[in-house]
Amino acid sequence: MSYKIKFKGPESLSGKEFTYCPGCHHGIVHRLVAEVIDELGIREKTLMVAPVGCSVFAYEFFDVDGTVAPHGRAPAVATGMKRAMPENVVFTYQGDGDLAAIGTAEILHAANRGEKITTIFINNAIYGMTGGQMAPTTLLGMKTTTSPYGRSAENEGYPLHMAELLSNLPGVAYLARTKVNKPQDVLKTKKMIKKAFLAQIEGKGFGMVEVLSTCPTNWGIPPVEANKWLEENMVPEYPLGVYVDKVGDEK
Amino acid sequence: MAEKVMVKGTEAIGEAAIRAGCRLYFGYPITPQSELTEYMSRRMPQVDGVFLQAESEVAAVNMLYGAASTGHRVMTSTSSPGYSLMQEGVSYIAGAELPVVFVNVVRGGPGLGDIQPAQSDYFQATKGGGHGDYRLVVYGPESLQEAVELTAKAFDVADKYRNPALILADGMLGQMMEPVEFPEFRDLSTLPDHSSWAMQGAKGREPHKITSFDINEYVLEQMNLRYQEKYKKIIENEQMWEEYKTDDADIIIVAYGTMGRIAKTIVNMAREKGVKAGLFRPITLWPYPYEALAKLADQAKLFFTVEMSMGQMVEDVKLAVNGKKTVEFYGRTGGVVPTPNEVLAKLMELI
Amino acid sequence: MEYKNKVEIDQERCKGCGLCIDACPTGTLGFSEGFNAKGYHPAAVVNPEKCIGCGFCYQMCPDVCITVSTLEKAKA
Ligand SMILES: Cc1ncc(C[n+]2csc(CCOP(=O)(O)OP(=O)(O)O)c2C)c(N)n1
Ligand code: SF4
Ligand code: SF4
Ligand code: SF4
Ligand SMILES: [Mg+2]
Repeated sequence: MSYKIKFKGPESLSGKEFTYCPGCHHGIVHRLVAEVIDELGIREKTLMVAPVGCSVFAYEFFDVDGTVAPHGRAPAVATGMKRAMPENVVFTYQGDGDLAAIGTAEILHAANRGEKITTIFINNAIYGMTGGQMAPTTLLGMKTTTSPYGRSAENEGYPLHMAELLSNLPGVAYLARTKVNKPQDVLKTKKMIKKAFLAQIEGKGFGMVEVLSTCPTNWGIPPVEANKWLEENMVPEYPLGVYVDKVGDEK
Repeated sequence: MAEKVMVKGTEAIGEAAIRAGCRLYFGYPITPQSELTEYMSRRMPQVDGVFLQAESEVAAVNMLYGAASTGHRVMTSTSSPGYSLMQEGVSYIAGAELPVVFVNVVRGGPGLGDIQPAQSDYFQATKGGGHGDYRLVVYGPESLQEAVELTAKAFDVADKYRNPALILADGMLGQMMEPVEFPEFRDLSTLPDHSSWAMQGAKGREPHKITSFDINEYVLEQMNLRYQEKYKKIIENEQMWEEYKTDDADIIIVAYGTMGRIAKTIVNMAREKGVKAGLFRPITLWPYPYEALAKLADQAKLFFTVEMSMGQMVEDVKLAVNGKKTVEFYGRTGGVVPTPNEVLAKLMELI
Repeated sequence: MEYKNKVEIDQERCKGCGLCIDACPTGTLGFSEGFNAKGYHPAAVVNPEKCIGCGFCYQMCPDVCITVSTLEKAKA
């Protein structure tokens, strides 16, 4: 009798310790992306574009060629890469400030062009890196360091639903919104991430997975409770599910 | 030798880029360079290249960043407001040490300005533009033939130093028709090999990481010092200028680009009046040929800088002359091109 | 003592977030009393016999600290 490993960190992570706060979902999603890269056998041809945000170091955490785009511009950087290297697999990893505020134009146009890239979108309803300011995805009434009285619709408008917005674009081949606050969701999310990569690999178009995520530090809620807060507050605002799937099921 | 063909300025630069091995172009329309973007949209598919009209100059410059990180020759062209919009990306590209060729067909400014030729983006081109301690190699061609040659050179220099380069043209150059002799098509297999650093997939090697940052200030300082070492080499090796009738000149007109070309006429008009004028025409605006210009300070009585701006390069002329002789200035701005007669009149006033 | 399932935690990498402990359906995991070099109370295997090898702890760990293995008959 001997022990056989059932669950172990993926090869496509570099092994460097993550710089994220305790309990931050960025780490879970990193691991899922790396597992998918392992399973698809694409590590040696994957090019990663990290954003500006807490995941600015993501390019260090993956064992693939990587760079950091200017804040919000990862989809444009990825477009340039993919057009230069169509045989490679290119993905961006972006926060909600990065993708849904400063980089709204770039993500929309990359998706609309059906750019054959994959985007992992971490929606934690806040600007993590800069200390908890309001994001376009911040919930109504939610207090942040720049909405100290709570976000109001009159002054700041409404939480921006990127998945719904992009789902209308014909260039999108796979699009889903998910969460990783429970083990079952983590497994579901991995399948979605895989499909978002397959959308690119099979030449079908743009793929994106929006992951509702916690920011325990700037929410001011400890990790375990933050998982519950996400369930109770973010999920009702941001409906989960598959919005576009032109990939189909694995054979 | 290839024969001369009549071409329009913007198209000459586009064709020169393609012949230099550029197969990726990302751009956004803006007068007076839209013809170059249009030309690339026609030509790139013919040479199996990529043309993509970006959603903005912000997107375009970042597409360049991405494509250049893979080690390919890439280019964009724009005009003043568009180049302003690109500055964050230019700074990232300089910091990440990516070879990219930019073309700024300068128009009147500030703000929306107008679409007439100008030289009022000199500070932006040569002294920064974006944030941080960085430099672009900047070329100021006076003719289409020179623009063609400098475009090819810009790609080579960008590759050699892993540094962005900029062709600073103006609407006059962009719109003129002139006979040009193009170089042969560069055999793509002879282009510099960037596989030692480029993002092409970590197959059988450690992953390549391309960034313009480090959160440790001492490491970032070291990165900056490394850039400075590179800039020093560029200063040593890459200065270009033209001297026209300076041998016996005691009046040195200093002008670049379109204005430099017009200044040759002014030199000859002055000489007809018995004034021994000559022209010093910087071709690289960075690195600026300070020493070559300084050498003329012993023989000259007066330096006279002429620009299509309210006086930007004149500061470099003063740096070069270093108080040894008087440096005078004449310029028109907002897209107005000084005529030889008005510049000559001003010169005659000065002496 | 050898149990059917074995869960291992890289306690130096652990940030003590507790997500694994919360996710574990069997109460196998708990916090250790001591601190690691980063100053966190890392997760620890407190009831090794209870582990069913479900991997929930692995799925939830944001810092990739956990490895889960199962005892298998060695192949002949
Ligand atoms: C042009 C520019 N503007 C602003 C910033 C400052 N900045 C850095 S990260 C960030 C927000 C990041 O928030 P998000 O994208 O939600 O990522 P998170 O940290 O929450 O994962 C901002 C505003 C910047 N680096 N560059
Ligand atoms: S600030 Fe928030 S998003 Fe950033 S690492 Fe910490 S918990 Fe994660
Ligand atoms: S594998 Fe399952 S039962 Fe075992 S410690 Fe992890 S979560 Fe608990
Ligand atoms: S989930 Fe990971 S980091 Fe958090 S306490 Fe458990 S082992 Fe430590
Ligand atoms: Mg965020």
